[in-house]
Amino acid sequence: MNKRFGTIVLDTSFRFIIPFIMVYSVYVLIHGEDSPGGGFQAGALFGIVFVLSRLVQGEDCALKISGTKAIMLAGVGTAIYGFVGVLTLIFGGNFLQYGALPLNMHEPERHAMGILGIEIGVTLCVMATIIAIFDALTRREEM
Amino acid sequence: MKFVALFFLLGGFFFTTVAAIGVIRFPDFYTRLHASGKGDTLGVAMSIIGLAIYNGFNLISLKLMFIVVFIFLANPIGTHVLSRAAYRSGIKPWVRKGE
Repeated sequence: MNKRFGTIVLDTSFRFIIPFIMVYSVYVLIHGEDSPGGGFQAGALFGIVFVLSRLVQGEDCALKISGTKAIMLAGVGTAIYGFVGVLTLIFGGNFLQYGALPLNMHEPERHAMGILGIEIGVTLCVMATIIAIFDALTRREEM
Repeated sequence: MKFVALFFLLGGFFFTTVAAIGVIRFPDFYTRLHASGKGDTLGVAMSIIGLAIYNGFNLISLKLMFIVVFIFLANPIGTHVLSRAAYRSGIKPWVRKGE
């Protein structure tokens, strides 16, 4: 896990598959309202991208987020979630009452935009949590 | 059209069944991997192609064909990685007794 797995089949297919997983993750995130999926699943897919990169390419992998950065990112995701909630409070609604958002749209579209906002936060948080768990499991003991 | 779909679905059923029998009956890790890797890839792909043909030509069929493409990419990679990891950790291939 700390050194490359090292077969040309795996390296090449890894380079083919990773962009598709990323695009599919964003699709699951954006399409979350009217098809199966949502923030949690998109975050799991995006986290898997980084876990796979670490598993295939070893310690000096191309897509790398260290454990401390991942925990910071998880905080940022939770902050986005809370920020959308407080934004609705500021514009005179309840906490997470999306209808109060000051967007020039119909009511259901405002709901969709608000839900998209919190889903982005959930995606970041889940992705960073998966990376942090994987990093904690594979970290070398420092003597 | 339904008969073509039926042909593909029955083919998928046959190949997945053969793969399952192979996984149970074969003697060691590599031969079992051989059975499950080949049989499952073809069986699942044929089943999904049959469902796509049954569904007709629309967006859902396109999504099903994407699933087929990614199964054809990902399943052999998984088999390759498993067999290489097994070989590295020192599992000896099975040979018939007395040879």
